[in-house]
Amino acid sequence: MSDGRTAPASSDAGPAPAASPGRSAPRPHLAHGRWTPLFFVAPAVIALLVIGIYPTIFALVTSFRRYNLTRARDGFPFVGLENYRRVLSDQTFWETLGRTAGFFLSVMPVELVLGGVIALLLHRPGWGFVRSLTRVSLVVPLATTYAVVGLIGRLVFNRDFGVANALLGLFGVPALDWLGSPTGAFIAVAVMDVWQWTPFCALIFLAGLSMVPVEVEESARLETSSHLRLLRWVQLPYLLPGLTAVLILRSADILKLFDMVFTMTRGGPGAATELISIYIQRLGFRVFDMGTASAQAIMLLVLTIVLSRMYIRVFYREIQ
Amino acid sequence: MTRRRITAGALHLLGLAAVLVFALFPFYWMISSSLKDQVDLLASPPVWLFTPTLDHYVEIFTDQKVTAAVVNSLVVATSTTALSLLLGTPAAFALARFEFRGKADLWFWFISNRMISPIVLALPVYLVAQSLRMLDTYTVLVLIYLTFCLPIGIWICTDQFRSIPPELAEAARIEGASQFDVFRRIYLPLGLPGIAVSAIFSFIFSWNELLYALVLTRREVQTAPVIATSYMTGYELPWGKIMATGTVIVLPVTIFALLVSRHMVRGLTMGATK
Repeated sequence: MSDGRTAPASSDAGPAPAASPGRSAPRPHLAHGRWTPLFFVAPAVIALLVIGIYPTIFALVTSFRRYNLTRARDGFPFVGLENYRRVLSDQTFWETLGRTAGFFLSVMPVELVLGGVIALLLHRPGWGFVRSLTRVSLVVPLATTYAVVGLIGRLVFNRDFGVANALLGLFGVPALDWLGSPTGAFIAVAVMDVWQWTPFCALIFLAGLSMVPVEVEESARLETSSHLRLLRWVQLPYLLPGLTAVLILRSADILKLFDMVFTMTRGGPGAATELISIYIQRLGFRVFDMGTASAQAIMLLVLTIVLSRMYIRVFYREIQ
Repeated sequence: MTRRRITAGALHLLGLAAVLVFALFPFYWMISSSLKDQVDLLASPPVWLFTPTLDHYVEIFTDQKVTAAVVNSLVVATSTTALSLLLGTPAAFALARFEFRGKADLWFWFISNRMISPIVLALPVYLVAQSLRMLDTYTVLVLIYLTFCLPIGIWICTDQFRSIPPELAEAARIEGASQFDVFRRIYLPLGLPGIAVSAIFSFIFSWNELLYALVLTRREVQTAPVIATSYMTGYELPWGKIMATGTVIVLPVTIFALLVSRHMVRGLTMGATK
């Protein structure tokens, strides 16, 4: 598996990210002996190989065995592709993947639109102090411990004394048992995800907007008074790289999403909020079926590698 | 025309205020709930004005478990940060300054680590740690946290090191300094801002982590997020204690994050956007 996790071979793509137009040419490099770079890089590489790659190989091997911790006495016999066959024909697995995709499709449009609006508000001149205060405040959701976000969500969406029901009550919406109903729990978890990650989209879009050359934006403003046309023809091209980054990173993040959902619902009620990482964790550490869980983890890893290759291709290779 | 301008300005301010409330409300709700007594906490509809009390904080800090967990988190996050700087800065130096075979591959591999789901490593690491009798130790947590702290640290430091003029290093080399001297005497001090940012990121990410900590610790080295989730059993939840613990966990990292707010996006995207 080490091969799979190593990024694609390429000779001259340097570390300079391509997303920033107008970056200066690569700087000259120091003259050095053949082994000098190795000497500096080796500690980090060895550490990551031992802690990252070794367990991955271990997981790969485990995925070919029957490895149930509750029946350790039977040993862990080699069963070939049986675990994979079982996973692929396991309806729950596909449902979980579908639910994870559904979660992505539910939160992403909201986060993108809200994030875009927030970025435009922050980009617009005027109200200097309030604007910087608001921009800084966006960091708070991003830094909040994911597990604690789940705990807050559990309190906010409580049926009896949650503030969500109280606020909705002001608009005449009857009190709902959010975390007790499948749809309610899914929405509640999605709302907390939107709270935490909309700022991420907003800050990335804001960075894109500030890349528009001032002269271009000013002269466009003289040409048209329509904000929509300005957005479509002048600002949008600068937002696209950020949009791609958000889509790829957020899909990887939702495949990773565990802490917040675990503390908020543990995947329940039933399996209503059981996303892929929660499901694999339950299979491995609550059912102790390590073989099947490992097979799923490996498949998740393959999915992740595809995503990260896309990311690298888009953002780090354009420079050539 | 002026009237339209004033309306637009007012709407703008209103929008900004709405964003501010949106971003801070859950955070505010956590802190205010941690200061309510049990009666106010369970009031329906929720009370907005109340007499604050520090009882829950007194309660959690007299409870050995929470204090121990916070200390554990501090030890783990600090050690992870130190180790990732120790291993990461030399690698960043080489990536920023030398041309060598396989450099791009190495680079991409570091970036890929950002995407890997912790559950992929959690299963095998649990089995390996169990067979090595390393479950419930600081070592196993610190090592596994390196898998996400090290790549990000290397990325940020490389970026910083690249902005140091190479002429400085050339001059030092002519004076007879070794490559290691160049690294230690020129790059480390001049790259300090980047090193500080990557240290803060390391600290935040390892402080916030739950999945590995949940799986790999038992009683001795439970970290703060694990303790926060441990109240979630039983019929009546001690919401005051839970929110007080949450505040104790979140407050220090929020302060750190505000310090690096300018670099937040760069850290989270591995530099794809500035």
